[in-house]
Amino acid sequence: MARTVAVAIIRMLVTVFLAVAFVFIILRVSGDPIRALLPLDAPEDLIEATRVEWGLDQPLHVQFAAYVGHLMHGDFGRSLNDSRSALAIVLEKVPATLLLMGTGLVVSLLLGTTLGVLAASHRGTLIDRLIMTNAVLVHSVPSFLLGIVLILLFAVGLGLLPSGGGPSLAHLILPASVIGLSHAGVVARFVRSSTLEVLAQPYIKVASLKPLPRWYMIAAHVLPGTALPLLTLIGFSLGAMIGGAAIVESIFAWPGVGRFLVSAVARRDVAVVQTIVILVAIMMAFANLLTDFLYLLFDPRLREERRSA
Amino acid sequence: MSTPDLVRTPYERPPRDYVVFAAAAIVVLFVAVALLADWMAPFGFASIDLRARNVPPVGFGGTTRHFLGTDELGRDILSRMMISVRVSLVICVLASLISATIGILLGLLAAMGRRWVDSVIRVAIDFHASVPFLTFALAVLAFFGNNLTLFVCLLGTYGWERYARLVRALALVEYSKGYVAALRRAGASRSRIAFGHVLRNVMAVILVNWTISLPELMLLESGLSFLGVGIQPPLASLGNMVGLGRDYIVTSWWIATIPGVAIFILTLSISTIGDWLRDRTDPSLQ
Repeated sequence: MARTVAVAIIRMLVTVFLAVAFVFIILRVSGDPIRALLPLDAPEDLIEATRVEWGLDQPLHVQFAAYVGHLMHGDFGRSLNDSRSALAIVLEKVPATLLLMGTGLVVSLLLGTTLGVLAASHRGTLIDRLIMTNAVLVHSVPSFLLGIVLILLFAVGLGLLPSGGGPSLAHLILPASVIGLSHAGVVARFVRSSTLEVLAQPYIKVASLKPLPRWYMIAAHVLPGTALPLLTLIGFSLGAMIGGAAIVESIFAWPGVGRFLVSAVARRDVAVVQTIVILVAIMMAFANLLTDFLYLLFDPRLREERRSA
Repeated sequence: MSTPDLVRTPYERPPRDYVVFAAAAIVVLFVAVALLADWMAPFGFASIDLRARNVPPVGFGGTTRHFLGTDELGRDILSRMMISVRVSLVICVLASLISATIGILLGLLAAMGRRWVDSVIRVAIDFHASVPFLTFALAVLAFFGNNLTLFVCLLGTYGWERYARLVRALALVEYSKGYVAALRRAGASRSRIAFGHVLRNVMAVILVNWTISLPELMLLESGLSFLGVGIQPPLASLGNMVGLGRDYIVTSWWIATIPGVAIFILTLSISTIGDWLRDRTDPSLQ
């Protein structure tokens, strides 16, 4: 058990280290990092001073150590736009993105689990076929098309919801629906197959002998059995969601990190881009670590195996 | 943590034969359009007609002259889409070949190499899977700026880790079989065994993975082009048509929506074929 935890933590640290090294290398390869990090109209003496301060007259491994040191102190460079600390600007936008992703995740889980269980318990019927066909369809819809269609329907056509902006509850509904819908298909498919697996277990046969309503049996005995595989799926879709946030936030002008990344790329605001990439890598690494821990927490078999091994 | 199945797929069960047939027909149609766009397109893809701006498609008040309508500069949407399909298909097929090559080579290397080679490759796979590709792609485009070659190479780094994992796992099985030992005894070189025999035996699975990753690449290409950091005007791709048409959705919804639907139909058709192929070749499903 202690070994598993240690391995998971080391893996996380290696991932973060590799991400920082990746950004460092790409910064060196793509041009003079100081010119990239400072505003275009920075005077020559400031450039020289920063060069010495960042130790760019030193050999590469010393430079890398200095670079990591700067990052550790929260110094990610300054944004081209308003010359404030890139980290501070990015952190300002994090809550909006977390709100959007969290809501999207909840929508996809609620929708996907409900439809998945419904499909499994009506296996082979028209309901099953309808749900699974739709799950396949949403998997292939580009999220920007879904976003545009929802804007056309609810903002332009019916005038019920704002087409973009935020952050507020009314502005949240459409982008969260896009994220939720595009992931609900995979969740439904996943829940359906794990529900079928659970339904075939002997303990479900026992449970179904009890005089309980069927929905209660499913909620109390079947659903907990599908939770663990779902955890793996969430770990995987998190990456797709973070990447996809750039597109969804851009369509709905949601003031989050994803949209900011896209505009920073268009401006070639290197300080902001490196901040976001490193933060995303840290977040993904944490999420993976959390998944590993939750597995240990919820699946006693894993703990036993490690102990006996 | 490992994926339950190495090749992910949206389908629960094999799609029905007539569905696969329809999907194949659609893909053939798109490929034919891509090849013959110059002859088939009724108008030049960049020819502007300012007297016929924002003409709606047939059925929504338009005429058969511009079957799918025109955009804000009076360019015929059908003609632009034909060229866009070609651009998108060429880019995505090239990128998928790059990623397949990288993945196959690394997978074989990991299977036949020493332990440390294997570990290095597995760390690389882990790392690649830990940064979302879209974030990675946006960062590279920010640092290096954008040009077509870079864009294709960048897309070529998508999904190599899945080929590498697959080839590594399958090649390890092949290497433990008798025929490899026999070949070694007969004096066959390592590269002859790897490329002439092992690779050939795992080719079916590679092909299936190719048909499954191609639609994902098309969604990525169109997504990046939609954001304005992929294919740049004057070149058109389905994604950048949607991105540029987005500004006009209130007045002319068809400019963005029609190319978007085309992407949807094409990716859906390719992944339907991919799933059908997978169910034909994957012995673990039978």
